[in-house]
Amino acid sequence: MAENSNQNTSVVVERLRGWSANAISEVIEFRGETTIVVPRNVLRDVAERCRGDKELQFNLLTDATCVDRYPLEPRFEVNYHLVSIPRRDRLRLQVRLSSDDPAVDSLVPVWPGANWLEREIFDLMGIRFNGHPDLRRILMPEDWEGHPLRKDYPVEGYRDIPTTASRYTRNRP
Amino acid sequence: MSIQTASTSVETATGQAKTMVLNMGPQHPSTHGVLRILLELDGENVVKAIPDMGYLHTGIEKSCEDKTYSQAITLTDRIDYLSPLGNNLAYCLAVEKLLGLEVPKRAQYIRVMMVELQRISSHLVWLGTHAIDLGAMSVFLYCFREREEILKIFEFVAGQRMMTSYIRIGGLALDLPAGWRQRVEKFLKMMPGRIDEYEDLLTGNRIWIGRTKDVGYISAEDAVALSMTGPTLRAAGLAYDNRKVFPYSSYDEFQFDVPTRTDSDCFGRYMIRVAEMRESLKIIRQALDKIAPDGPFRTEAPGIIPPEREKMKTEMEALIYHFKIFTEGFSPAPGQAFATIESPRGELGVFVASDGSPKPLRVHFRAPSFINLQALPKLIEGKLLADVIACIGTIDIVLGEVDR
Repeated sequence: MAENSNQNTSVVVERLRGWSANAISEVIEFRGETTIVVPRNVLRDVAERCRGDKELQFNLLTDATCVDRYPLEPRFEVNYHLVSIPRRDRLRLQVRLSSDDPAVDSLVPVWPGANWLEREIFDLMGIRFNGHPDLRRILMPEDWEGHPLRKDYPVEGYRDIPTTASRYTRNRP
Repeated sequence: MSIQTASTSVETATGQAKTMVLNMGPQHPSTHGVLRILLELDGENVVKAIPDMGYLHTGIEKSCEDKTYSQAITLTDRIDYLSPLGNNLAYCLAVEKLLGLEVPKRAQYIRVMMVELQRISSHLVWLGTHAIDLGAMSVFLYCFREREEILKIFEFVAGQRMMTSYIRIGGLALDLPAGWRQRVEKFLKMMPGRIDEYEDLLTGNRIWIGRTKDVGYISAEDAVALSMTGPTLRAAGLAYDNRKVFPYSSYDEFQFDVPTRTDSDCFGRYMIRVAEMRESLKIIRQALDKIAPDGPFRTEAPGIIPPEREKMKTEMEALIYHFKIFTEGFSPAPGQAFATIESPRGELGVFVASDGSPKPLRVHFRAPSFINLQALPKLIEGKLLADVIACIGTIDIVLGEVDR
């Protein structure tokens, strides 16, 4: 099993390196999973390759998520989890973003299913996706301030936000 | 009925076409929770649909970051509340992957049996509520009758009917109690006939066919492009099932089929789920034969898995480990892992990132309902308002999972 996944990895890495020397900045192998770290400016092109290339065929974008490594820099890691249904393979594309400009090209033009996934990351982590057709908050209320999944956002929230209970007691005579 | 013939409202007949915006939900019985959909209607036709959610957002992913790895299991129960065992399993698989833990075969088989029982119970709730949405009241009562039997098994095995937290990191919370085999046997004997009964009520029923056939069609290409998984994708003709494609928990040792269809409408998805219930029964039958009467139900990993009670009374190390696990927790090596299972709704993935501390740096749930719901506008735009109900039901959303 592990041998098989390594073979697949080398195919993917070879195809992407053969296409452009700048396509991959790092390859991480951990617990049988492959992570390809991609420079921010080529993410969409690499994604296009991964989906369209006859030998890769990553046709399903299964997940997109973000990790906040505050206070380290680059602070954010955006992970895209890809599946190739015909080849039975998985791959993780990772982009690292610094805190002063947390923005990256949207992958909605490549996989329309990225739409809500990227909206969720925007909502909870505050990453901007350039070229996203509808970048609005999705889980939090539209007038919410801050991005709750960031590490500098307290787990219990900000206490000065009035709760329903405090409103109720305040309005009573 | 085509769009042209259906939209002969007064406005269109007089040349003054006007659309109306209808707010469906969040408190609407057929949205299965608190889903709100903004519908732009032209007569009875849906022009545009915008799903709006977040009413049940409880920040479970944030809360997980503030708990130790073991404590977070109780939160996973509450994401997809129709399939808590599936959530436990996905989360534990991710943490086990991060730790590099091997789970004993016996525990893997027990996990498979429990998760397949859970799949049947989840499909039963789906079938019952979907049928009640479309006007077949009695199916709901029958489905819940059988679901009750499954919940009784869960209560017997795990002590809880719904929020079981039975699957733990490295194995299970408890060993199976005496008499479990008879209970499951009894259920297996009863269930096939009951599934036939549901089919008698629905499959050939003219009203059922009228409400579901050719309703909510989506092509296989669109379904993949929109990241849909689970029965919806299989009804579109793609045999993508994590149990077969990326086997976990020894699923590769079980014989079962992945039902697919090509009609990709509400009726097709109904047939897929019914067929899946039968396949689950097959898997449970095989699991019964595989589960040995005695054997370990969790792995041995000092410092990660709590030691046995008996050992704590005789060995000092065991006592120290017990104390450390329940005060500080354990610290996996820095890294990240993504584990997926086939939940009743599709591919449930859990992403766990560790920075080497006893609390996870990040836990993310790839919630199949959330992502499948994304295709709802595609299913209903240009169709009748009544079909919206059928389409919401057929995606099988659980709002707890959508909003997390």
